[in-house]
Amino acid sequence: MENTESSVYSAFIAIFRRDLKLALRRRAELINPLAFFVIVVSLFPLGLSADPPTLLRIAPGVLWISALLATLLSLESIFRSDYEDGSLEQLALSHHPLPVIVMGKVAAHWCTTGLLLTLLSPALGVSLAMPMDKLGALVLTLIVGTPTLSLIGSIGVALTVGLRRGGILLALLILPLYIPILIFGASAVDMAIADLEVAGQLYLLTAMLVLSLTLAPFATAIALRVTLE
Amino acid sequence: MNFFHRFASPREFFRIAGYTVPWLGGATLILIVVGLYLGLFVAPADYQQGESYRIIFIHVPAAWMSLFVYMSMAGAAAVGLIWKIKLAHVIAMSSAPIGASFTLLALITGSLWGKPMWGTWWVWDARLTSELILLFLYLGIMALYAAFEERRSGQQAAGILAVVGVINIPIIHYSVQWWNTLHQGATVTKFSAPSIHLSMLIPLLIMAAAFMLFYAATVLARARWEVLDQERRSTWVNEYLEQL
Repeated sequence: MENTESSVYSAFIAIFRRDLKLALRRRAELINPLAFFVIVVSLFPLGLSADPPTLLRIAPGVLWISALLATLLSLESIFRSDYEDGSLEQLALSHHPLPVIVMGKVAAHWCTTGLLLTLLSPALGVSLAMPMDKLGALVLTLIVGTPTLSLIGSIGVALTVGLRRGGILLALLILPLYIPILIFGASAVDMAIADLEVAGQLYLLTAMLVLSLTLAPFATAIALRVTLE
Repeated sequence: MNFFHRFASPREFFRIAGYTVPWLGGATLILIVVGLYLGLFVAPADYQQGESYRIIFIHVPAAWMSLFVYMSMAGAAAVGLIWKIKLAHVIAMSSAPIGASFTLLALITGSLWGKPMWGTWWVWDARLTSELILLFLYLGIMALYAAFEERRSGQQAAGILAVVGVINIPIIHYSVQWWNTLHQGATVTKFSAPSIHLSMLIPLLIMAAAFMLFYAATVLARARWEVLDQERRSTWVNEYLEQL
């Protein structure tokens, strides 16, 4: 019998690569959340004011809320197509633990949404009058915060993917759970702009990442079993 | 354990709960009358807030219950998920609308109290905000349950969400508190007197007991009809319905 540890690891890698490849083949779907992110951010100067001090004041909240909404809209892609063509059922039947498979899918989802949103965020930060030397804090909070968004979101998608109209319901289920991440993420950027220490918020964001990394895949796996029943 | 299994059978539950609900309901009514009388007529007016403080006899027990019901709902949902007990799922899903109502009641009474005290219906105070988020969590659970056509899947899915919510409640609570102190400072006079006078404490505790019994009575009553609907194809339900 093969070493179990290495087989679990190879299952994770196999799923991760498969989902990444699928995402890269669907370029349009890959770009949609990013375009959404850019459009939502650019609505705020148009709706509020183009005055740089005002923009700087709202920048952390606007960037974080927009990133959160862009992630929310992209969540369904974690399981939707696999659920519809039946491959999710096959994955659940495999002898590999379902939480590991979930982890592979969520990791691929984050690489194709959260990571790209993070890479795009400095440009949007500049457009909202953020000074160059504060963009690092924005990138740092997003890179620690967005994986948590994908992880918590995967629970919601697993619960709603079997429903015909799960979209708005997903927002209702997931947004309240996103509130702590929004609070710490936006306030860290806010404090960085005010030249204050942001280590505290980053620690808390990291703590939430570790917590969701350990618990969310199990909750998602249980939810998938209910959906696939 | 034997008793537990007997009680957990839908038929026995329906029978036993049928006897219990009127007693719980009657006790609720008596405690509410006594508690409101002591609170509204016997307890003295507050030296600072005058008569309007009396809303705490509704507001505070409702706020306590909003969390208590959430915890019982999540506990019941966990029992249902782990040991596959149908009745536990029924109790959990019957609790959700009751808990949401307590939360809404706490928010409305808080806002009614806030108008004369703070001069505004709503402030983004830490406790108000976490109560509002709690209401969102309840609404999410109820919406998820309602979205499933098959009752069993709905119960399980909403149950998972309730359990996930339990882990998040303390995180949400503390993050909101932290956010609040950061953004607002102590601009609002919080209701945190060093000690509460006995003449106010007693009606408050009586009202809390009344709300607790009210929850017990309504959750059992709701669960009874839910069980009846769920088991509508079994013989005992048909026998029961014919007797009516």
